[in-house]
Order: sequence, then C-alpha cells, then structure tokens
Amino acid sequence: MSLERHWKKIQQQVVETQVWKSIFRVGIPNTNRKRVLAMLGNVVLHLHPVKTRKSGVKMRYTWCAGGMTFFLFLTLTFTGLLLMFYYRPTIEYAYGDMLDLREQVPFGIMREMHRWGAHAMVISVWIHMFRVFMTGSYKPPREFNWNVGVVLLVLTLLLSFTGYLLPWDQLAIWAITVGSNMARATPLAGNEGPFSAQIAVNGVNLVTAGSDARFGLLGGRIVGANALLRFYVLHCVFIPLIAAFLMAVHFWRVRKDGGISGPL
Amino acid sequence: MTALKDLINWLASPAIAVTLSMIGLVGAMFVKPLWTKKGGLVLFATLAGGFAFSFTDPNFRIVATMPDNVPILGMLFLVGFFFWYAMYQAHLNDARLAAGQPPLEKEDSDKKVFSWPDLVYVELVSLIICSIVLVVWSIVLKAPLEEPANPGAAPNPAKAPWYFLGLQELLVYFDPWMAGVVLPTLIIVGLMAIPYIDTNPRGNGYFSFRERKWEIVMFCFGFIILWVVLIILGTFLRGPNWNFFGPYEYWDPNKLVPLNNVSVSEIFWVKWLKTALPTFWLKRELPGILLILFYLGALPGLLSKTLFRRFYEKMGTVRFFVGVNLFLIMLAVPIKMYLRWIFNLKYIVNIQEFSFNI
Ligand code: HEM
Repeated sequence: MSLERHWKKIQQQVVETQVWKSIFRVGIPNTNRKRVLAMLGNVVLHLHPVKTRKSGVKMRYTWCAGGMTFFLFLTLTFTGLLLMFYYRPTIEYAYGDMLDLREQVPFGIMREMHRWGAHAMVISVWIHMFRVFMTGSYKPPREFNWNVGVVLLVLTLLLSFTGYLLPWDQLAIWAITVGSNMARATPLAGNEGPFSAQIAVNGVNLVTAGSDARFGLLGGRIVGANALLRFYVLHCVFIPLIAAFLMAVHFWRVRKDGGISGPL
Repeated sequence: MTALKDLINWLASPAIAVTLSMIGLVGAMFVKPLWTKKGGLVLFATLAGGFAFSFTDPNFRIVATMPDNVPILGMLFLVGFFFWYAMYQAHLNDARLAAGQPPLEKEDSDKKVFSWPDLVYVELVSLIICSIVLVVWSIVLKAPLEEPANPGAAPNPAKAPWYFLGLQELLVYFDPWMAGVVLPTLIIVGLMAIPYIDTNPRGNGYFSFRERKWEIVMFCFGFIILWVVLIILGTFLRGPNWNFFGPYEYWDPNKLVPLNNVSVSEIFWVKWLKTALPTFWLKRELPGILLILFYLGALPGLLSKTLFRRFYEKMGTVRFFVGVNLFLIMLAVPIKMYLRWIFNLKYIVNIQEFSFNI
C-alpha cells in the first residue's frame, strides 16, 4: 500500500472513533454542507462568516496584519500567564524573579517570547492600521470600526508601556520615569503644567507633586513600589480585559459592516 | 572612507535628515518606477547595503545592537517593505483605472468562497509562520536585563520605550505639556477624525494612489516622517544629554552643544524695537499670541477662500475647519522644528508666569 493510502486509512479510523465524533460533530468538511457546519459549530471558527469575499481572503489584500496582531495578543496572554507563576510585583522580588526566569526555568524562553512578541505586536498594529488606511477601509460603513481600532492601538501601546516597568531593572524604571514625567506637565492637572500653579485656595496650591496626575498614575512621587504594583495590575488585568472586550467588538463589527472591505 | 562617513554623519543631523526624508518621501510617491518590482529591489538593496556597510563601523554596531534596538531595525524593514507593497499595488490598480478597468480586487470581490478551507488555512499558515519566527527569535536573542533598578543613578541618556521616542524627540522643540500631553492627544483625536473628515467616496476597498493622493500623502507624512523617522532619530542618533550623534560617531558624554535660544518676544521687543521686555506678560507676549491666533484662528478662514477653496466647497464648514485645524497643527510640528534650526527660536509664546509656553 502506498503511504498516502495508509494515511487515508488512519485518518478514517481516527475520525470514526467515538472520541473524535464527540468533539468534531461534522467529520471531515469535504462537502459544502459540512464546510458550513464546521464553521458554525466551532466557537472559535464562528468568529468568521461561513463564506468570505474572495478578495478579502487574499494575503495581498489584508497582509493578515490584523489577524497577526490578534494571534500575537493570544500568544502574549498565554506566555504572560506563565510568567505570572514566577513573577512577584514587589521591589524586593521583581528583579530576582527575572534572574531566576533566566537561570533556573527549564526551556526558559517565555520571557523572550513575551518581550519580543510585545514588540512584534506593536509593529503589527501599525502595519495593520497602515493597510486599513491604504485600502481606504475606514470609509463608510466602517468609520466606527476604525475608531475602535484607534482605541486598540492606544491600548496596545499602553500594554507595552506598563509591561516595560515590570523587570525592575535600570532600563525599566528610567524608561517609565521619562514617560511618566510627561504627566507632570498636564495642563491644570500636573504640578508643572500650564495654569496648575494658579489653582490655589487661600494661597495653598492644590496641584502639587503629591496630588497631581503623575502622582495618581504612579501612586507616589517616584517610580517606586506603588508604581510597580499599579503597573502590574494595569498590565496583567485591567488593560488586557478592556482590550479583549474591544477586540470582540472590533471583530463583530468587521462582520456587521459587511465583512472585509472590497471595491463596491 | 572617513570622508564618506563624515558626510553621512552630517546628512543624518536632524535638520538635514528630516528635510531629506520629507522631500524624499513625498517626492518618491510620485515617482512611478519606484513602485514596481524592480524599484522595490533597488530600494531594498539600498537599505540593506546601507546597513551592511554601517555594521562595519564599531560605533554604529554599539548603538544598533543595544537592548531593544533590534526590533526597531525589524520595524524599519517591515514598514519599508509594506510601504512599498501598498504603493506597488496602488500603482498596479492606478494603471488599470486609467485604462478604464476596475481595480484588481474587483476581479474576485463579487465571488464568495467557503471560509473553510480557504480562509482558515491562510490563517493557520500565518499562525504557524508567526510562531516559528517568534520561537526562533526568542531562542537566538536573549531578552535584555540590565542592572537592578536604582532610583539614584539615572542613565545618560534616559530614554522612553522605543515606540515613544518620536514624542521624546519632540521634547527638543516643545515643552513637555505639548510633546507629552497635547500632541499625543491630538494624534489620537486626529486619527479618529479621519473617517469623518475624508469625504472622498472613491478608493474604498482597494489600493489606489491616484484617487486619493491628498489623503495618502498626508497620512504617510504623519506616519512615516513624524512617527517612524522621529523614532529612528530618537533611537539611533540621540546620545548622552539627548545630543545628536551621527550614526558613525562615538557617543561622547562630554560633547558640548552651545544653546542660545530666543523667544519671539525677545526678537520682537529687544531685537526689532530695541527696548526692554515689557513687564506685563500679556503685552510682552502679544506678538507670539497674535501669531498663534492668526495661525489657528484666521489662517483656516483664509485658506477656505483661497488655496483650499475646492476642499471647503466639497467638505462643508464643520468638516473643513476641524480638518484644516488638525492639518495645521500637524504641520506646526515641522514648522517649529525649522524655526529652531534656522532661528534658534525656543518659544513663540513664553508665559513663564503660567508655565504656558508654546
Ligand atoms: C489590537 C489591535 C487590533 C487587532 C487585534 C485587530 C484585528 C483585526 C482583524 C483580525 C481584522 C480583519 C482583517 C484583517 O486582518 O486585516 C481587522 C479589520 C479592521 N481593523 Fe483592526 N485590529 C486592531 C487594531 C486596529 C487599528 C489600530 C485600526 C485602525 C486605526 C483598525 C481598523 C480596522 C478596520 C477599519 C478593519 C476593517 C478592514 C476591512 O474591512 O478591510 N484595527 N482588525
């Protein structure tokens, strides 16, 4: 028997087991009816419509950049969860846990995958946005989804920014110090910002280094223990939840706006 | 060799680099031969050759291989490639549109295929390639980890994460409240406004340049020049004390750059009127305030009657004024940069009393 016939036979046998049938109700999607059912019966696949415009399936059109961004988000969620087993967001432990991750953990590429994946996601969101712009896909009826996308872009950058602090090395705290210093200059709300010195009651300034926007962001006057905890919670829980919700909206709207765009 | 490197160091200085990339980018978009396969190869060979050459230089190598700078090199090539690819497809379609044919996408946009297998397999393959790249990258290159955090010892230069370095670069030309708060906010607002400002119904759902020249030139100006080029400048060419260093220059922490910056008020009162600066802030800053009011208040109105009349008529009042103001603010960024480079101008409005400096 040829290799191919062997393969076919094994395939057939696997597909007919009770276990397989209990999971994949449809069997091998080799008829149109089964192709439809395969898409509808699977919670992940049913993000997609049953049929897609042929031009929208092509790599040359979407570059799969949005899909790549989503996949990187999933990868980051997974590797991030693994990192959470080891990492403790306190000044005493954070840096040491990084060293342990590097030295002690077998197959220790989780941190690498998480960090490089994060950079890759930032780049792929930009490229996705660029593609959407260049195909004019933000035009009616997709205006709102473009806006959802802009918020996702901001969230992606914030995710990356809050994660940057967690290794608690020199690179981390100084990058966050430089970045968060900007909050100090917020008009009215930052202690060095325009007009904030004018907000005073009986000569007492209300907006000070101990009460301004930067203080609220960092939970202190410097990038210290509170900032680490805040950024950890923002990075691991708060922003991912919002981003995941908005991604659901984003994908929903891609379909409701008539699928991937194409010439009218 | 050194002469060539000196020349490149000089060309890379902010004023010249930004000017060249602005002219280069906008000009290149109209040069059709670049957006063919041959043109792409030439562009790629130039870029890759430039890097190969640069890597022979020890000073360049130090900076290019710093932690976290590797992804930026990747970004450079990826953004470069996709920019070319979008323009390549746009020009293919433009040729078809000029000949009265529909765009390439139209060939199969009316057909539908089953998502299983056509779409699912494309995704699966992308997913596998992406995973392999990421795993190999992670095995080859260790994630950076520097000395433990020490709030008492600031590194020099202290840099924000790389994707914010364009904004950090703007700190040279603007106060933090502008570079760090107002401009980022306006970028977000501006991006969100795009679909509501752009009323051109054509070029929806396919690549094309000739049908949306204005939109594409403006967007690419913002994205490539004001975002990507400034990131590259901030990453590779800004060293200790945020001084400029050419790509082949050693990052000497003792480099001294003389700063003698002036404000509009000083130019107006001291230099032109030859009097002392008025003490009352409103009087002192009136020239600068008027300039700003003119730029954002009167200029849009003037433009609606003259240069941009066509747009005004097409877009309607609200769209036009929101759009033109966003456009002018985007343009104000390079304008302020040039004012610094040419006249050493630091502030147009300089009201220290309220920390309100523009
Ligand atoms: C976390 C970030 C994001 C994810 C995961 C994401 C994901 C996706 C996916 C999977 C698609 C389907 C088509 C494709 O792959 O290109 C899509 C389409 C779209 N995205 Fe995003 N996206 C993100 C950010 C953005 C951003 C930043 C923008 C724009 C500012 C944007 C605007 C759009 C629009 C308008 C469409 C419809 C395109 C069309 O119909 O051709 N998205 N997105």
